Amino acid sequence: MVSVLPAPARMAAPARTRRIPAWTLVLPPVTALGLVFLYPLALVLWQSVSPDGGGHGFAAYAEVFGQAAFRNALLDTVLIAAGATAGALLLGFALALVIAFVPLPGGRAIGRFVDVFLSFPSFLITLALLFVYGNAGLANGVWTGMTGAATGPFDFLHTRWGVVLAEVTYFTPFVMRPLLAAFSQLDTAQLDVAASLGARAPRIVRQVVLPEVLPALAAGGSLVLVMSLNEFGIVLFTGAKGVTTLPVLVYGKAILEGDWTGACVVAVVNIALSLALYGLYRTLTARTARPEGERRARA
Amino acid sequence: MLVHSRRARWAVQGVFLALFLPVFALPFLVVVAASLATQWSGALPSGATLDHYRTAVRGEALDALTTSVLTALAASALALATGTWAALAARGPRARRVVGALFVLPVAVPSVVVGLALLVAFSEPPFLLNGTPTIVVLAHAILVTAFAHQSVAAALDRLDPAYEQAAASLGASPLRVLLRVRLPLLLPSLSAAAGLCFALSMGELSATMMLYPPDWLPLPVKVFAATDRGALFPGAALAVVLVTTTLLVLLAVSRVRTRASYR
Repeated sequence: MVSVLPAPARMAAPARTRRIPAWTLVLPPVTALGLVFLYPLALVLWQSVSPDGGGHGFAAYAEVFGQAAFRNALLDTVLIAAGATAGALLLGFALALVIAFVPLPGGRAIGRFVDVFLSFPSFLITLALLFVYGNAGLANGVWTGMTGAATGPFDFLHTRWGVVLAEVTYFTPFVMRPLLAAFSQLDTAQLDVAASLGARAPRIVRQVVLPEVLPALAAGGSLVLVMSLNEFGIVLFTGAKGVTTLPVLVYGKAILEGDWTGACVVAVVNIALSLALYGLYRTLTARTARPEGERRARA
Repeated sequence: MLVHSRRARWAVQGVFLALFLPVFALPFLVVVAASLATQWSGALPSGATLDHYRTAVRGEALDALTTSVLTALAASALALATGTWAALAARGPRARRVVGALFVLPVAVPSVVVGLALLVAFSEPPFLLNGTPTIVVLAHAILVTAFAHQSVAAALDRLDPAYEQAAASLGASPLRVLLRVRLPLLLPSLSAAAGLCFALSMGELSATMMLYPPDWLPLPVKVFAATDRGALFPGAALAVVLVTTTLLVLLAVSRVRTRASYR
């Protein structure tokens, strides 16, 4: 049916004289984005090389890089992001594997719950963890109730570990979603063949499933890495005085100290870090997406 | 199927539930339980009360909820319009790739930095938006546009071109093809995108913390203010109100979507 269509379409086209080429239609939204997003970002870059005293230069960078607070924030950001990504990958892979390959009552409901989970605000998790592991909370309450001690042993929420736990909880669904999609495309005959040849479940996972979904795993992992580098709500809500990440430092410098140039410098460092990783993520997802498209085209 | 023996399957399911329930279901149960209590010093919270909800649905808290809903509605509408327009106008693989990369950029940039950038750019005339509700709406719109664009662009990829070709071959003008064929076909994904944008905007905290003026205080900021001064239980009630409102809107939107996909 499609092959018949182009002829009349071609005949209809010259009847209308177009004054403006079609690609100009894309300009209004792109201009809007440029005005409210790219232009402000460029101003941040400009402000970071324009110290308050006047003139231009990298004096502000030298000053910020010299501060112990900045170096600590950079270290905290990278460590927390790495830990959260590793945790989310492990947990996400294990959970997605079970949902996809081991029949479970209510498995579909769980899949839908994961989708809803993605649209919840991140600070909700920290709030919940405060009630579970906080000074007055479930875990410590159970402990003091059982042992009669005055305080419970759980006191890690205001450390890096508390932030990592909250981020693992919040970001695991972001790993699970691409993995579940990849699992659903996996040819189950391969698993059956491997099993009939005598391979046990761990070996099948390692040698058949894992290589097949590695791109999805990498894509999910780098997305989580970027998001955890940029996470603000979770760190803010833990109220950890000792834990500062780059976004929290930007907030502190701009809003609490009023040091705009310093805030812009930290922001530029944060953007550079995130964009580099995001580029990596896009490259990985592009590689994942292509075979999928080919598969669909062949079907 | 990966695990064949029945006992092994039970073991795997047990481990799964032992991981899944505490990590994902417990947070919500805990917040709901806390919102109904006045203290938590044992295994279960104590001092059952509805007071937190009574304060959460009136006065300042109600204003904050209205502010959040209005912000989310405006930001989603802006984001949907811009994202859909960009996705529809970018024809051809190269244009699609460039526009796609451009519109997805706000996801890669930290939300706090988006807030800072708006402050830097719009704090002095001629663009004096700092201190107005507009700057909050703008920030939310920028942050969620990526999701609107992504969702619509993906749906466009799957759209069968035969429909619009048929309409055009029957003499329909490009505008008519857009309004009568392409947009109706995109309706399911448009409403999905609208729901996602609304939910994300309702929960947005990072950029909002940088920008919010005293007279335009969205609910997440209010939740943070409550927990920051130690009022955890009222804060939990506010969070439950926030999530419930979001879920109700998502539910309504998904009903629209099912109706649309049956057409």
